[in-house]
Amino acid sequence: MANYSTNEFKGGLKIMMDGEPCSILENEMVKPGKGQAFNRVRIRKLISGKVLEKTFKSGDTVEGADVMDTDLAYLYTDGEFWHFMNNETFEQIAADEKALGDSGKWLVENDVCTITLWNGSPIAVTPPNFVELEITETDPGLKGDTAGTGGKPATLSTGAVVRVPLFVQIGEVIKVDTRSGEYVSRVK
Amino acid sequence: MSADLWMPSAEIATLQQRASIVRTIREFFYAREVMEVDTPSLSAASVTDVHLVSFNTSFVGPGHAKGLPLYLQTSPEFAMKRLLAAGSGAIFQLCKAFRNEEAGSHHNPEFTMLEWYRPGFDEFALMDEIDELMQLVLNVPAAQRLTYQQAFQQALGLDPLTATLAQLQQLAIEQGFADIAAHETHRDTLLQLLFCMKVEPTIGQDKPCFVYHFPASQAALARICEHDSRVAGRFELYYQNMELANGFNELTNAQEQAKRFTEDNVYRDANNLPQVPMDTRLISALEHGLPQCAGVALGIDRLVMLATKKHTIKEVIAFDVGRA
Repeated sequence: MANYSTNEFKGGLKIMMDGEPCSILENEMVKPGKGQAFNRVRIRKLISGKVLEKTFKSGDTVEGADVMDTDLAYLYTDGEFWHFMNNETFEQIAADEKALGDSGKWLVENDVCTITLWNGSPIAVTPPNFVELEITETDPGLKGDTAGTGGKPATLSTGAVVRVPLFVQIGEVIKVDTRSGEYVSRVK
Repeated sequence: MSADLWMPSAEIATLQQRASIVRTIREFFYAREVMEVDTPSLSAASVTDVHLVSFNTSFVGPGHAKGLPLYLQTSPEFAMKRLLAAGSGAIFQLCKAFRNEEAGSHHNPEFTMLEWYRPGFDEFALMDEIDELMQLVLNVPAAQRLTYQQAFQQALGLDPLTATLAQLQQLAIEQGFADIAAHETHRDTLLQLLFCMKVEPTIGQDKPCFVYHFPASQAALARICEHDSRVAGRFELYYQNMELANGFNELTNAQEQAKRFTEDNVYRDANNLPQVPMDTRLISALEHGLPQCAGVALGIDRLVMLATKKHTIKEVIAFDVGRA
């Protein structure tokens, strides 16, 4: 993998830091008028998800990380692995629980997810921004109530729990924003 | 790319404020009978400072069919000192300065500098005058003054003048800079790292702060203090996390100046940095005689950022490097 100098740092660049692939969020040059220049860099560790700040001497180089995103359709889970398939090549990839993180509760069969691969192995699974799921459990609400009054918790077919308006009932399919975990609308 | 890149990076209202500040500055100097000068942006020589990178180009024309190498000036210092040696008296200049490899929220490779020189002043008299200008432009209280040693010690509890390399490495590791500190063998790099990252945020927040008596190893073009050879007549002005100005009780000794330039080039050679020809015209001017004086360079863009409460330099310049 190529090395990158601090002048090549920019948001989205993938580098290796403390043995873990990281993505650069922000890069700011700090330089006294008379003296050494430094780069203060905000980095997200791609496996732990931790965000941290690192300071480099300007001109220093770091090793790039072989990280790529690929769009794959979710097939099924065998309990230990979650299986995804490339719809064009039919190549399959299995992600473990660690790579899956919190994404499991948003996985719908045949939905296309973004799988982040490091050296060819999955390290993160990002579900589509919006998914449609059926409500399996919720308290019966009052008729005529409108959205935005606080709502009630509802359990979805994948086990995810979201707050929904009182008028939404068991058996209905709703649209959820997976980034915020919030209810968007009913699906007719 | 984007269709709106023809537009200024600063709002017109900000540019109006900027024009008004520049006018105030000029009037400040006119009232004090400091002469405005205009020296070349392109010069046959440049700074040897190991942390500055000049842009260079070549003049081709009458007398120079094969090209005359020229550097865009990183500051007008050398030419202004030649004027002082020629008997100009007190002078100021508002001009563009150029520094390659510098861009960010506080840096643009081309920026506006205010530089002025006061024959007969020492660094403390010049700090008084800068303080008056800051109060006028920024409407701030009188500046605080700390020695470099005081500022460093009160923030980090270590004496920067007596600390060993190992102590500085240890401190930098404790402060979260292990990656740099573990293999850094230059004392001044560690001092600059700790000062920038850990001392600057603790000073000059409510009012501007002058830090003076920088270590002699970071004297640049300042004279070494007679009362304590560990420190130099160099000062910096900080306000709200911004380095605003750098000033010197100027080195007037030609031999000492030539020696520092040569040492810079020796360091450059050892660290795979390009050699920069020494400005022999400056050395000749010092040999002729530079009057004892103090001088300072102040970043106008940063001053306007503070006056207009903008957080990035591009918001106070008409077209930043991305739109130039």
